[in-house]
Amino acid sequence: MSALAYGTAGWLFLVGLYGIVTSRNLIHMVICLTVVQSSTYVLLLSIGYRSGAAAPVFADIPPGSRAVDPIVQALTLTDVVVEATVVALMLALAVQAHKRFGTLDPNELTPLRG
Amino acid sequence: MHALIPLPVILPLLCAAVLAAVNQLAPRWATDAMGLACALAVLVLCAVLAAHASHRLVYWFGGFHVRHGVAVGIAFSVDRIGAGMATLVALMVSAALLYSVRYFDEVGSLFGALMLVFLAGMVGFCLTGDLFDLFVFFEVMSVAGYALVGYKIEEAGPLQGAINFAITNSVGSFAMLTGIALLYGRTGALNMAQIGAALATHPADGLVTVALLLIMVGLLVKAAIVPWHFWLADAHAVAPVPACVLFSGVMVELALYGLARVYWSVLSASLAAHTADLRAVLIALGLLTALIGAVMCCAQRHIKRLLAFSTISHSGMFLVGLGLLTPAGLAASGEYVIEHAMLKGALFMAAGILLHRFRTVDEHELRGRGRGGDPGLRVAAAVFVLGGLGLAALPPLGVFFGKSALDGALTPVPGYGWVVGVLVVGSALSAGAILRVAGRVFGGWGERVPRHHEVLSAVSELPETLSPHDRTPAVMVAPPLILLIGGLVVGLFSGLRAAIAAAAAQMADRASYVAAVLGGHAHAIPAPHTPVVTLDFLLAAATVLGAVALAVWALAAPAVWWPLERVQGVATAGIVVLRRLHSGCVNDYIAWLVAGLAVAGAALALA
Repeated sequence: MSALAYGTAGWLFLVGLYGIVTSRNLIHMVICLTVVQSSTYVLLLSIGYRSGAAAPVFADIPPGSRAVDPIVQALTLTDVVVEATVVALMLALAVQAHKRFGTLDPNELTPLRG
Repeated sequence: MHALIPLPVILPLLCAAVLAAVNQLAPRWATDAMGLACALAVLVLCAVLAAHASHRLVYWFGGFHVRHGVAVGIAFSVDRIGAGMATLVALMVSAALLYSVRYFDEVGSLFGALMLVFLAGMVGFCLTGDLFDLFVFFEVMSVAGYALVGYKIEEAGPLQGAINFAITNSVGSFAMLTGIALLYGRTGALNMAQIGAALATHPADGLVTVALLLIMVGLLVKAAIVPWHFWLADAHAVAPVPACVLFSGVMVELALYGLARVYWSVLSASLAAHTADLRAVLIALGLLTALIGAVMCCAQRHIKRLLAFSTISHSGMFLVGLGLLTPAGLAASGEYVIEHAMLKGALFMAAGILLHRFRTVDEHELRGRGRGGDPGLRVAAAVFVLGGLGLAALPPLGVFFGKSALDGALTPVPGYGWVVGVLVVGSALSAGAILRVAGRVFGGWGERVPRHHEVLSAVSELPETLSPHDRTPAVMVAPPLILLIGGLVVGLFSGLRAAIAAAAAQMADRASYVAAVLGGHAHAIPAPHTPVVTLDFLLAAATVLGAVALAVWALAAPAVWWPLERVQGVATAGIVVLRRLHSGCVNDYIAWLVAGLAVAGAALALA
């Protein structure tokens, strides 16, 4: 179980990077960035996973029973908020690029070279 | 006293929210005054914290406390280096906000709001004692930074610069987060002192090394270390000048501060057996950055981009000091960072004066146009000449004391004495390029090279004001003048130098960090002392002479003695190749990022 989760996290990180390196479309590139970030969600959640444990809501389970680590869930939630901010900003840039210059190819904007 | 600790982060966030809410409603002077007053208040608060941080100040949010040596909750742990960096950040933000009062022609307070969010992120990054919060504040400052670069969103350059900046830095920060997650998985803690205490009992294994690699690369992307530096020049070339002042002056340096914090507070004990290997990797990266940044700096004609490559070169030198992994190296870099921040800030502001007046920062188009004239241009000329000499470490001004502290930290470490020679070459090249600009723009010397020259780059410049102006407002002249004078003389205060040395010793003292946060006792380690020696004067003289000679040679363009022609041909070809690598294409940048990660990982694994 855990090997599968860690493997998935690693695979998501690498496949997202591959997507960014080969992308020719800003929207596609931003989505690839979210794929890279998804790997951190999977990693965080699998670090806190305990097999056979309940959700960390102690209102309706007896004290002392096994629960998964709530801290990584809080971290993942923070991570999601961070991602939402970055993605919103990047998509705004992409929309602007399309509106002003009629292209979503990052390399067709005025080149900053050398 | 303790109640003050979170204020420097909370205050700018609140002010930014108010500014964003009243955007377009309140008069311009009111929002400008509010932003500036907020930044100055943060400056005072951080200075007070720095003055009281000789014993670490620990603040637990939400009333959580340490129970039985286990940290529950989130803490700010303020020491002198952290509070000192926060003070420098607040100083630079205040100067940049004062400068931007008359810089933009259009109204609206969103720029001020973004600057304050940026300030809050940077100050929080300096003060936090929690590894995950370090990532969160890192992201807060990053996102504010992306928005600042793309502030002129209606133009293609800023769009491309912001996209390159955002994609590259986001990948870096996800790498960092992965590293933090691995450390949490190993230790079950996020408090840096707690992680450090948990790791100290065992030597580092594969997992800890991978975590170190990922966190290090995430921070070095932000610190613009080769081969992760490409975004910086793109972002600086197009960002508004007040934002450039902060990116070059403090943001890049903060990433290195973060690396020092993670190393000294978390990893130093478990990596004790690998110190020499890590030192070799960091110093190699620093030297490569110092040289490539300096060469690229000489090959620019767009003044803001030229200054950006000078920042990359200096960032490499800071990494050399930090990478020594000794308190003396840390103190040297700290001192160097303060002197560099003020001088580089002044230089960017002087470039902004040129942009405001002539709507261009192309060195060749500006040839001779800065001659004579009014106070604004005279201040800009003084900044370029004295700033260039200050960055070349003209004794006893500018970065001289930081540089001599760095030389003094390098010589006692066996096998690294030769590094000082490389630093002289790097400093002379980048300072020579700045002096060349001064000579061409303000002296009218040298020839005017047309655009699309194969060695000199030609980025289309982006006017940030609506039309050319025939005079420079006083609020745009005062900040660069103050920063120039400050940057030139700050090293002369021996009390400050002693305080930085004590602060470095405090930061490098992991045992007392753990004791201050989690409770317990530890003996403080002594502050390093590196006196200025004759060799420092010789090295500084060589740097200044080299820089001046380079500038004169570039402006006079003498006929080359025939055996040297071949050398010149090879050098030119090399520069052309190097410039092609800076392709402006974010796909390439990410490919370099991954390649750099793999090579650094291999170096750490084999060591």
